[in-house]
Amino acid sequence: MSSKPVEQLSQVIVRFAGDSGDGMQLTGSQFTSEAALLGNDISTLPDFPAEIRAPAGSLPGVSGFQLHFADHDILTPGDAPNVLVAMNPAALKTNVADLPRGGTLIVDADAFTERNLQKAGYAQNPLEDGSLDEYQVHGVPLTSLTVGALKEVEGVTPREAERSKNMFALGLMSWLYGRSIKPTIEFLEDKFGAKRPEIAAANIKALRAGYAFGETTESFAVTYEVKPAKLKPGTYRNITGNQALSLGLVAASRLSGLPLFLGAYPITPASSILEELAGYKHFGVRTFQAEDEIAAAGAAVGAAFGGALGVTTSAGPGIVLKAETVGLAIMLELPLLICDIQRAGPSTGMPTKPEQGDLLMVMYGRNSESPVPVIAAGSPSDCFHAVIEAVRIALKYRTPVYLLSDAYLANGSEPWLLPDLDTLPDLTTTFATEPNAGEEFLPYLRDEQTLARPWALPGTKGLEHRIGGLEKADRTGNISYDPENHDLMTRLRAQKVAGIAGDIAELEVDDPSGEARVLVLSWGGTYGPVAAAARRVRANDKQVAHAHLRYLNPFPRNTGEVLRRYDKVLIPEMNLGQLLQLVRSQFLVDAIGYNRVRGFPLRAAEVAEAVEALVDSV
Amino acid sequence: MTETNGNLTAKDFRTDQEVRWCPGCGDYAILAAMQSFMPELGIERESTVFVSGIGCAARFPYYMNTYGMHSIHGRAPAIATGLAATRADLSVWVVTGDGDALSIGGNHLIHALRRNVNFKILLFNNRVYGLTKGQYSPTSELGMKTKSTPMGSIDWPFNPISLAVGAEATFVGRAIDTDKKGMTAVLRAAAEHRGSAFVEIFQNCPIFNDDAFDYVRDDKEGVNRILLRNGEPITWGKDGEKALRQKPDGTIEVCASGEDGVLVHDSTHAEPSLAFALSRVTQATHGGTPVGIFRNVERPVYDDLMADQLREAEENKGKGDLAELLHSGETWVVS
Repeated sequence: MSSKPVEQLSQVIVRFAGDSGDGMQLTGSQFTSEAALLGNDISTLPDFPAEIRAPAGSLPGVSGFQLHFADHDILTPGDAPNVLVAMNPAALKTNVADLPRGGTLIVDADAFTERNLQKAGYAQNPLEDGSLDEYQVHGVPLTSLTVGALKEVEGVTPREAERSKNMFALGLMSWLYGRSIKPTIEFLEDKFGAKRPEIAAANIKALRAGYAFGETTESFAVTYEVKPAKLKPGTYRNITGNQALSLGLVAASRLSGLPLFLGAYPITPASSILEELAGYKHFGVRTFQAEDEIAAAGAAVGAAFGGALGVTTSAGPGIVLKAETVGLAIMLELPLLICDIQRAGPSTGMPTKPEQGDLLMVMYGRNSESPVPVIAAGSPSDCFHAVIEAVRIALKYRTPVYLLSDAYLANGSEPWLLPDLDTLPDLTTTFATEPNAGEEFLPYLRDEQTLARPWALPGTKGLEHRIGGLEKADRTGNISYDPENHDLMTRLRAQKVAGIAGDIAELEVDDPSGEARVLVLSWGGTYGPVAAAARRVRANDKQVAHAHLRYLNPFPRNTGEVLRRYDKVLIPEMNLGQLLQLVRSQFLVDAIGYNRVRGFPLRAAEVAEAVEALVDSV
Repeated sequence: MTETNGNLTAKDFRTDQEVRWCPGCGDYAILAAMQSFMPELGIERESTVFVSGIGCAARFPYYMNTYGMHSIHGRAPAIATGLAATRADLSVWVVTGDGDALSIGGNHLIHALRRNVNFKILLFNNRVYGLTKGQYSPTSELGMKTKSTPMGSIDWPFNPISLAVGAEATFVGRAIDTDKKGMTAVLRAAAEHRGSAFVEIFQNCPIFNDDAFDYVRDDKEGVNRILLRNGEPITWGKDGEKALRQKPDGTIEVCASGEDGVLVHDSTHAEPSLAFALSRVTQATHGGTPVGIFRNVERPVYDDLMADQLREAEENKGKGDLAELLHSGETWVVS
C-alpha cells in the first residue's frame, strides 16, 4: 500500500491515448481488468482509427481507450475523462479538448520532441508555453525511465525496451488508483512467457518500475481510492459486446440443439465475432469465411435449409449486400439470424465508429413487402441475451431476424453477471417428420397460432419438396402467379411478423415518481447515456420517464399506449431520427428527436440538457 | 447417404409440376437424362438435393422429386456450400446456366471450385440469356447479335472449361444435351467424384440461339466431337484420322492420327495445365470440340476438412461445456 495520503473518490474516468503502435488498447483493457477484479463497476470505450498503423506520431494515428470505474452502478463509459494519459503530442492534441478544466493530465515528456510537435501541428511545446495551465499537468519522462529500468534485461532490443513504456504508464496509474498489478503480471506471463520470456520480463519490469515511480516521485502527492461497487451478488466477468454476442450464439446453439453455422466476411467492427466463434469448434460450431458478404449470407441460408442454426454477421456496408438473401429467407420462411454491428456513415463511412444509422435499412431495405423482426441490444453484456432472444424468434416463427448492435457495444465492455444456465430459455424446435395433410406433405401449411410453416429437413423420407424465391401457393408451396394468392401470401407474411408482438415483453417505463410528463425513449446502444441522462435530470429534482425499446419490429404491444401517456416524447438517437420516423408513422405521436451523428456515443450530460429543456417547457 | 434397394425408376424422380420450358428446349433432354440416371446412383430421393439460381435452367429443381431450392441469381454455389458443409449425408447438385454461373455468380463459382466443396455443378450453357428474353451472355461469341447487342457483342466470351480448370476444379467435364449416353457417363463419374464436380452441358435454346451447337449435336459421324477417353490417344474424324498432340510450348495442335506424339488423355494428371491446354481446343481453332472428362483428380474436400477440425477440436479440448465457457477468462464474485 502507498505511504502517501489516500483520497476517496466515487468514480473516475481515465482515458489512455497514444500512437496506434503504443499499445493503448492493451493498457486500457488491463487497467479495466484490474478495476473489475477490485469490484468496481466499469464501462469502457475503445476509440481507435481504422488504419492499422497510421504514420507514427500523426494525428490520424491516435488510438484511445476510455475507462469509467466507480463504487456504484454506472451506465456509460463517461462523457469526458477526469484523467488523460497522453503518450505523445498528437494524442494530447486530439484529446485535450475533452478534458475538463482542472483535470489531470499525464504526458510522456520524452515524446514532446520538435519532430513530434511538428507532426501534431504544435508551433510551440504546450508543456512549456502555459497553454495547459488550467490542468494538473504531470510531465513524466516515461520513455527514458522505461529504457533506464530495462537496461539490464537481456535479449531485449532498445526498441523493444522503449515499447514497454505503456506498461510503465499502466504501473503508474495502478499505483495512483491503488490497483493491484498482479493480474497484469499474470497476463504478461501468459501472453509472452512461453515464446518470448525476455519480453514478458521487460514488460513486468516496466510495470513494476512505473508503480515504484509513483511511490517515490514528488510529482504525485496523493493516491486515490475507488471502493468496490455494490453490484448484484453473483459471479462476474468483464465482457465486450462482440464477445457476449459470440457466447450468446454458442448458447443458443446448445439451447436449441442445432449446430451453429456462421457465414461471415471480414468487416470492421464485426470481424471479432467470426474470430471468436472460429475458436469454438469443440462446440460443433462451423465458421465459413466466405468470398463475399453475399455468399456468407447465402451459405447460412443453405445451412438453415439443412437444419443448422444459420447466422451471418456484418456491418452496414455488408448488410446492404445481404438484402437479397434476407428476401429469399422471407420467402423460404426459414430461420436465419443476421447481426448488424452498425458503424458510422454511408458507404465506407467511419468503420470503427458507432452509429444507429441502419435501423430503417433493416426495416425497409428490401424489394416489395418483406417484413423482418428487428431486435437491438442495449449494452455490451446485453448482446448475449438479445442474440438468444433473436434466435428464439427466428426458430419459432421460421423467419430471418435482424439483431442490431453497434461499434460502441461491440468493443466497449462492462461487468457481466454470469447467468444461471437454468434461467435461459428453451429453444428446442421441432422438425416435420411426417405428412401433415393426409398422405401429403404441404410445406406451406401454417401453424395456426404462430403462422410458421413446417421445417422439413432434406433426408426426411416422404417429405421431399421444393422451395424457392418465386411466389408460392398457400399451403402447397407450388409456384403461383394467382393474384388473390399473392395478396393472401403477402398478408400472411406480414401477419406472421406482426403477431410476434404477442410473444414479447411489454415496454417498461422507468418513472420513479410516477409524475413525469415527459418520456424519453431510447433503443439499442443509447440505453446507457439516456438512462444516465434521466438520472441526472432526476438529481435536479425534475421528473422524466424513460422507456427503452429492445424490439423495433414489431414494437411491444403497449408501445402506443405508453407514448400517448406523456405530454412530450423525446427520442435521442445516433442518427437523424429513424426511430422517430417509425414512431411518428405508426402511432401518430408527435415525438421530438435529439440527434447526434458524431461517430461517438451520445453524451449523457448533453441528453440531460435536452430532456431538462423539454421538461421545463411543459 | 441412404441407399436404395434398387427399386427406384425414372418415374419416381418426376414431380406433379407442369414443365414450363419452351418446346424444343435442350433442358427437356437434360431433365429426362437426369431422371433416368438418378436411380442408377442408388441414393434415396430424400437424400438428394438440387439447388439452383435464376434463369431457365434454374427451374430444374421443381421438376425433380427430391429436395430442392430455387434460390437467387448466381448464388446457388454459395447456398449449396452451406448445405454441403453441414450435411455430409446428402447428395447435393447445383443446376445453373451461363448467365447465372459465369456472370452474376462468377465469384461464387470459382471459390466453390477452389475449396472443393462436395457438390456437383451442372452448367447448362446455351450462350444466351433466355428467361430475360435474348440478351447476350458471358459465353456469347464475339460479334453475336442479340437484343442488347444490335451491332454484335464486343465482350470476349468465357470458356467455362478453361475457367473451371483455372480455378483448379478437381473434376471438369463437358456433355451435350441430346447425347444421353455421353452425358450419363460424365454425370456418373461426377457423382462418384468426392469434391466439386463441374460439368458444362451444351444446351440448345431454340428461341434465342437456335442451332448454336449443331456442329456437335448433329454430329452423327463424329467429325466434330472429340471424345476424351482416359488412357487412350485423342483422335477423332470420320475414320479417326485426326489427332491432337502437345507442342513444346504446351499448346495443342492437330496432327494425323498416325503421327508421332499423339496425346494420350490423362484426366488424372495432378497439374491442371494439360486439362487447360485441352480446354483451348475448340471448333473454331482446331476444327473439333472435346467432350467427356477433362480433369478428375483427388484433393481434400472442404466439408471433410471442416468436419475433421471439429473432431480434432473436440478431441483436444473435450466436448464444449457451456457453463465452463461462460465462466472462462477472469471472473470475480460479488457476495
